[in-house]
Amino acid sequence: MFDALQFEFIRNAILAGVVAGVVCGIIGTFVVVNRIVFLAGGIAHAAYGGIGLAFFFGLNYLACTLSFTIFVALLMAAIMLNAKNRSDTFIGVLWAVGMAMGVLLLDLTPGYHVDLMSYLFGSILTVSQSDLWLMLGLGALIVLVASYFYKDFLALSYDAEFAQLRGVPIKFLYFLLIGMIALSVVMLIRVVGLILVIALLTISPYIAEKYAGSLQKMIFFSVLLNLLFTLVGLWLSYTYNLTCGATIIMVSAGGFFISLLGDRIKHFRLRLKPISNKAK
Amino acid sequence: MRTPVIEIKDLWFAFNKHLVLKAVNLTIYPNEFLALIGPNGGGKTTLIKLMLGLLKTEHGKVLIFGQKPKQVAHLIGYVPQDVRINTNFPISVHDVVLMGRLHPRQGWVRYSRKDHIIVQNALEKLGMWQYRNERIKQLSGGQRQRAFIARALAVEPEILFLDEPIANVDTKGQTEIFSLLKDLNKSITILVVSHDFMVLSSYIKAVACVNQRVHFHAAAEITDEMLEMAYHCPVELIAHGIPHRVLRKHEEH
Repeated sequence: MFDALQFEFIRNAILAGVVAGVVCGIIGTFVVVNRIVFLAGGIAHAAYGGIGLAFFFGLNYLACTLSFTIFVALLMAAIMLNAKNRSDTFIGVLWAVGMAMGVLLLDLTPGYHVDLMSYLFGSILTVSQSDLWLMLGLGALIVLVASYFYKDFLALSYDAEFAQLRGVPIKFLYFLLIGMIALSVVMLIRVVGLILVIALLTISPYIAEKYAGSLQKMIFFSVLLNLLFTLVGLWLSYTYNLTCGATIIMVSAGGFFISLLGDRIKHFRLRLKPISNKAK
Repeated sequence: MRTPVIEIKDLWFAFNKHLVLKAVNLTIYPNEFLALIGPNGGGKTTLIKLMLGLLKTEHGKVLIFGQKPKQVAHLIGYVPQDVRINTNFPISVHDVVLMGRLHPRQGWVRYSRKDHIIVQNALEKLGMWQYRNERIKQLSGGQRQRAFIARALAVEPEILFLDEPIANVDTKGQTEIFSLLKDLNKSITILVVSHDFMVLSSYIKAVACVNQRVHFHAAAEITDEMLEMAYHCPVELIAHGIPHRVLRKHEEH
C-alpha cells in the first residue's frame, strides 16, 4: 500500500481527501443539527448551473461557479427564512432548474462536451497542485470563520429565539452559514463530486451526533469519521481499481449501516436486560 | 409615580389575518408578579413574544423600561413554552445554561470566570448542578424545564418571562420553583403563563386574563372574589374551569 505514496497524484488525492473531510466534518455538523440537509443537496446540485454558465460564456470556471452558487444558496436561505412552510418545494424547484440549466448550457456550448459523471463523482485522482493550494486556503478560511462564530452558531442552531434575545445576529449568521455551505460545495465539486460532498456532509455528522456530548465533539468525531472513510475508500479504490468517489461513498454508507446495526443491538440488549434479571 | 417596567398601549396583532390580540393596554410596575391566564390560542404566548421583541408589533406600542424590546432584550430572562425543541441536539445542560451568558460577537473570547460562577449558581438554585454534564436528551421533562429556568436566571434578568414553566414538573417541584420565583421577585419583575391557577394563587400578586383582549386584575392574592372576577373574563373556561371545580369540591368538605 505504501508504495502507492510515491506517486504525486496519490499524495495529492490523499491531501484533497483530508481537506474535504475536515471541511465537510465542520460544515456538515451544522447542516445536520440545523436540519438543512435538503438545502445543502439543493445547493450542490444547483451549482451545476454555474458550471454550465462558465463553459457557455467562456468565463473563469471558479469565479463563475462560485458566484452563481452563492447567489442560488442565498436565494434559498431567504426562502427558508420567509416562507418556511413551503421552502422545501421551492428548494426542490431550484435544485432541478439549476441542474437542468447546467446540462442545457453545456449542450449549447460548441465543441465542448463535459462529462457529467466527473461532476457527480469528481475526479480526486486528478487534483492538481494549484487546486490543492486553493482548497487549503478556502478550508482554512472556513475553519477560522466557524471557530470565530462557534458560540453564536451553537446558540442559533439550538435555540434561535433565545439567541436572538441575547443579541445574536441570527439572520446574518444564517446567511453566513449557507454561504459557507456554498463555498464548500464549489471548492469540492470538481475534486470529489457533488454526490460525495453530500455524503461527506451528512453521513459522518449523523453517526457522530449519536455519540457526541457536545457540538464541538460532534464536529471532532465527524472530521475523524470523514478522514477514516475517505482514506479507506481511497485505498480500496486504488487496490481494486474502482471509481474513487463512489468507493468513498460506499465505505461511508457501510459505516452508516454499521452504526444503525449497533443501535439495534444496543436497543435489543436493553430490552433483554430486565428478562435476564428476572431469570436470576 | 413609579415608572413602569412594561407599557403596552393599544396593541393589535394578527397572524395570517387571524386576529390574536385586540386593543391591549397593560402597564406593569417594578416587582410585579403577574400570572397570564386564558384559553389555548388566547394569545398568551404571542403577547409574551411581542414583549420580548421576537414578534414585531403591527399596531400599537410595546415599551420595556421605556424602550423598544430589542434594545433591552439582554435584561430579559425567558423560559420558552416548548422545552422539547431540538431534544436530540448534542448539548450538555451546562452548555445550555451558558447560553444565558452569551454576548454576541465575542469571537474567540471564552466565557469568563464570572460567567461560570453565575451559571453554577443558577444550576444550584434549581438543583441541577449534579446533572450539568448530562446531555439534554437524557433529562426528564421536568429536569429539562429546570435547566431552561436556570438558563433564564443566568441572564441575571430584571424581568423574567416564563411560559408554562411547571407543565412537566411534579407537585413538590412546582412548590420549589414557585418559592424560588417568589424569592427572586423581591428584586425582579416576573410574568408567568400557567394553567395551574391554584398552584399560582398563593405566590402571585396580580392576574391578567388573556383572550384577544387583556384584563388586568391587581390583587394581593387570589381570593374567591378574585376568582369570580376571573370568570367574568371573556374566556372559555378551560384554564379557569378546572381549578374552579377543584376549589368547589374542597369547599363542600
